[in-house]
Order: sequence, then structure tokens, then C-alpha cells
Amino acid sequence: MHVPMKTSYNDDIRLVRQRGTLVWYGLLALALLAAPMYLGEHHIAQLSFVGIYAIAGLGAMLLVGYTGQVSLGQAAFMAIGAYTEAILQKFGVPFAASLVLAGVMAGLMGAILSLSTARLAGIYLAIATLAFAFIVEEVLTRWESLTNGSLGILVRRIQVGSFTFDQEWKFYYLSIGLLVLVLWLMINLLRSRTGRALTAMRDSEISAQSLGIQLARYKAIVLALSGALTGVAGALYAHRIQFITPDQFTIMASVELLVLVVVGGLGSLHGAVFGAVFIVMLPQFIVLIRDAFAISTSYQAGLDAGVYGLLMVLFMLFEPQGLYGRWQKIKLYLDTFPFYRKATFRRQRMFQKSEQLR
Amino acid sequence: MTLFEGRNLDRQFGGIHAVRDVSFAVEEGEIFTIIGPNGAGKSTLFNLISRIYDLGGGSLVYDGQDISRIAAHKVVGLGIARTFQNIELFENSTVLSNLLVGRHSRGGPALWRELLFTPAARQSEIAHRERVEDVIDLLDLQEHRDARVGGLPYGVRKVVELGRALTSQPRLILLDEPSSGLNPDETEDMSYWIQDIRSQLGVTVLMIEHDMSLVGMVSDRVLALDHGEVLAIGQPEEIMSDPRVIEAYLGG
Repeated sequence: MHVPMKTSYNDDIRLVRQRGTLVWYGLLALALLAAPMYLGEHHIAQLSFVGIYAIAGLGAMLLVGYTGQVSLGQAAFMAIGAYTEAILQKFGVPFAASLVLAGVMAGLMGAILSLSTARLAGIYLAIATLAFAFIVEEVLTRWESLTNGSLGILVRRIQVGSFTFDQEWKFYYLSIGLLVLVLWLMINLLRSRTGRALTAMRDSEISAQSLGIQLARYKAIVLALSGALTGVAGALYAHRIQFITPDQFTIMASVELLVLVVVGGLGSLHGAVFGAVFIVMLPQFIVLIRDAFAISTSYQAGLDAGVYGLLMVLFMLFEPQGLYGRWQKIKLYLDTFPFYRKATFRRQRMFQKSEQLR
Repeated sequence: MTLFEGRNLDRQFGGIHAVRDVSFAVEEGEIFTIIGPNGAGKSTLFNLISRIYDLGGGSLVYDGQDISRIAAHKVVGLGIARTFQNIELFENSTVLSNLLVGRHSRGGPALWRELLFTPAARQSEIAHRERVEDVIDLLDLQEHRDARVGGLPYGVRKVVELGRALTSQPRLILLDEPSSGLNPDETEDMSYWIQDIRSQLGVTVLMIEHDMSLVGMVSDRVLALDHGEVLAIGQPEEIMSDPRVIEAYLGG
């Protein structure tokens, strides 16, 4: 086991605190960089989706996991990002600008949403965000002159100068690269004053306020940041799918992102990435179940919803810290073998007692 | 010099008159204690001062300035920090980051600087951490520094909450029952810390307390409250031997 010896304030701030960590992340980076060489087209495409979902998941994680604001409307931010990207591309806006604008647009909508939800918490906030998602979906369907309604919009491949992202591996590098960038921004935010203010609000609004945190302002900031990240993911998603319609961004998509953060592990960045891997693998898993039990494909929609719901309940009950929590336990078990005590993590369920989720 | 003054403070909740025409003044550098039986309106009084509740009547004057209408989150920036009766810590964070949240009101870099973690953001972070380490030293919290608050014993959490209030560098600190839930040893430690806070940091203390030995040991003046009204203000010995106070506490 490693016992850190701290000699400077930077020891608590720096990104990599142990050499070993650097080695492991270096190996992971190499494996990801070399992936197109040893993985087939299909798997590379799946990994691109992991990148997209992880970015959207980090948006949801910031909001739900770190700030305790439960949102059932994340799909709306994705939709806003995707449509902004598609429409801007139609008008010939270069990708670098349109991607940023897609994020800004979704972030702006988040900030506007927070004006009406600033005083809500828990289930009431969840319902308000759900309503927001329905409104966005409805607007996208009805505003046919701009969005082409339920017929959808074709989205072309990403073009930067004369370089086209016309092959799977090119898009893969883009999505993983953006994920790394977003992760870095998130780590920076969480080790700063604003990040601490967000987790403070999650654990006790009254003392956060007494310590000078203006609740409405920080709720607006977190909704804007979460919206912006999810919007960027939506823009990538639009290019990946190449065809978007409003019914790709229904409540099921929002629930998917909520399952992602719960299964991954509330309140951890690793959790968002683990959750993304899980969510991308889940459809294949559901197909396995379907075939094993010879369930007709006409029940597919119900089966999807059922599995998502069941997973959420099971994780809440048996592993509230999600996949990342499980991973940490395994790691500690190996680190301290044979002295691991089951009681080490006993207090973990405290999270559920947090004021926001009560 | 008077640091804080409550003038004719008043607050009703429906039919309950929780605080009724309460006036008192706290001198700079003083340890001023509010005592009273359960339901006397002590905590309501604190919530009025920290602007969590709106005043029904009267006014709050701090450092010559009327703060009766100021937003709750701005109170700490003026130099008034507080603790809570039933500990309101951030359970899922470490002691260190709890104390760092206490620095919130002392400012920080712009959001974009934090996102990119520019050198300015790092410097501000280190400056805040230096102040926090001072408090950790003062309150002997070194061994719990990196522990999650949710896993700490009650007595330690009480100290962490005191520390969190101190990191904001207040001039006036409001302590809501600092000794509740503590054993006699911990209560004694708490009494030394309260005196240290005043003598070493020059912070004025306004506290609510039930433990009469603690009250007698540290207080300069005591205010006795009952049914939302002031019974008496004076020296600790005077108040504790005042027949009206004894009657309010023991029942007549």
C-alpha cells in the first residue's frame, strides 16, 4: 500500500499524485491510440459511441452526481446540441465553430431553464426538467421550417478544411480526444472553488448558503455547464448517426443518461466513463436476453425500458456507488490483502441520505 | 465598541411568536452567550441574524451597518460566520475540502480560469489552502485532514464545523450549541478553543449554550431568553442566580 508524504500544497492539487497511476494511464492511452490497429471497424465505432456517451454522461454526472440535481431532461440538451450542429452545418459554418456553438446553445438553454427551476429540488426538479424535455421535443417536431419536423435532418460528415472525417478511425480519435479534453476541464473544475461549491450544495444547501454560496447562481452555472457538455455530445452524435429526428431524443434517452450515472457511480468521473461503456454494451446484452428467452422483437421497446428500470433499482439497492464503487472495493481488497474489512465502506450509503435525493 | 446589535427583533410563525421584541448588543472581542429552555427562540434568533429567516420586525446592525435586508449568502462575506446545532457538514467530502468551502466567501478566480486551471487559479488555490492549514493547526485536526467527514466521530465533526466557520476569517462567529453531543472532555476542549478563538484570532463570539459549566467558564455576558422574550442580560453569575431564569429552566 502506498502512503503519501505531502510536502507542498501542490501535492493536493496536482493531477497525478502517484507515479504508478501515471504508468497505468499511460498504458491505457497507448491501448486507445493503437486501437484502430487491432480492433475491427465495428468495435472502433462502438468506442466512438463510448466517447460520445461519456461526454454526455459527464454532463449528467456534474448535475446529478456532483450537485445532487436530478434531471430527467438531459436528452433535450443533446437534441439542442445535435440540431444546432445540423442546422449550422447546413449554413456552412465550419465544424470548430459549430461544435462550440452547439455547446453554447445547449448551455444557454440550461441557464434559462435554471431561472424557473432554481427553487426546486429532488423529485420536483426532476419533473420540471422532464417537462422541459417534452417542450424541446415538441418544438423540434413542430418547427418544420427549421428542423424539417419528424422527417429529420441529414447530417454530413465532419469536414475541417480539406480533411474529412470519412472513416471510422478518424471519428474515433476525434471523440476520444474530445472526451479527454472534457475530462481535463471537469477535473479542473472539481479541484477549484466552483466545484467545491457544487458538492457543498449537494450535501447541505443551508450551510452552503451560510458559507456564501449563492444557490441560484450556482444552480444556473451547473445547468449551463451540464447542458453545454451534453450539447457537445449531441453534436458529435448527430455526425456519428448522420440522420437526426426528434424521436431519438425522447424520455428514454434521458433515462439512459440517468442509468449511465447511477450504474457508473454517482459522484465520480471514472463512473461516467464506466457507465458509458456499460450503456454502449447494454443493447447487445439485451439482444442476448431476447434471443435466449425467444422474446419477439415487437416487445423490444418494453424490454429496453424494463431492463433500464430494473438495473437502476438493483444498483440503488445493492451498489449505490455504482461500478466505480465496486472497482474501488476490489482495488482496496487487493491492496490490503489479507486485511480487507467489509466494514471499510459501510458508511457509503450516507449518499442516499443527502438532502437533494431524499 | 459595539460590533453587533439586534434592535427589537421580532418573528412569528403562524400563531407562534418565536422571537418577541428582543434587543441586545455584542461588544467587539466579547464572548456573549444566549441561554434559555427548549423552544425559547434561540435558534430562531440565530437564523434571523444569519438571514435564513426574514425579520418580522426590528433591525440588525453590524459594524454600524444595517444588514436587515441583506441576502443570506452575503452575510458571511461581511464577517459573520456560523455553525449549526445539528452539524451541517458536507458528509461526502474530506475535512480539508469542507474547510476549503469555508473560504468560498473570500473570493476566487473566474470560472474560465478554473476550467483551464491557469497559474492564477493555482495561486489562488494555494493561498486558500495556506489559510485552511492555519485553522487545521489551531484546532489540531491534522490526523483527520484527508478523512471523509461522514466517517468521523461526532465530537470531531463538531470541531470541523467550527473550523469551517473560522476559515472564512470572521469578525463575529455564531456558535449554535457548540457542546451539544460532546462528552465532558470534549466539552472542556471546546471551551479552550472558544477562548483561543477570541484571544488568538480576535473573533467576537456569540453563542447558544445549555451546558452551564461551559457558559460560566467562557462567557463575558449572558442573555437569558424564554418564550421568545429577554428575561435578563448580565454577568454569568448574576444570570445563573436570577430567580426568573431558574424558574424558566426548572419550571415554576
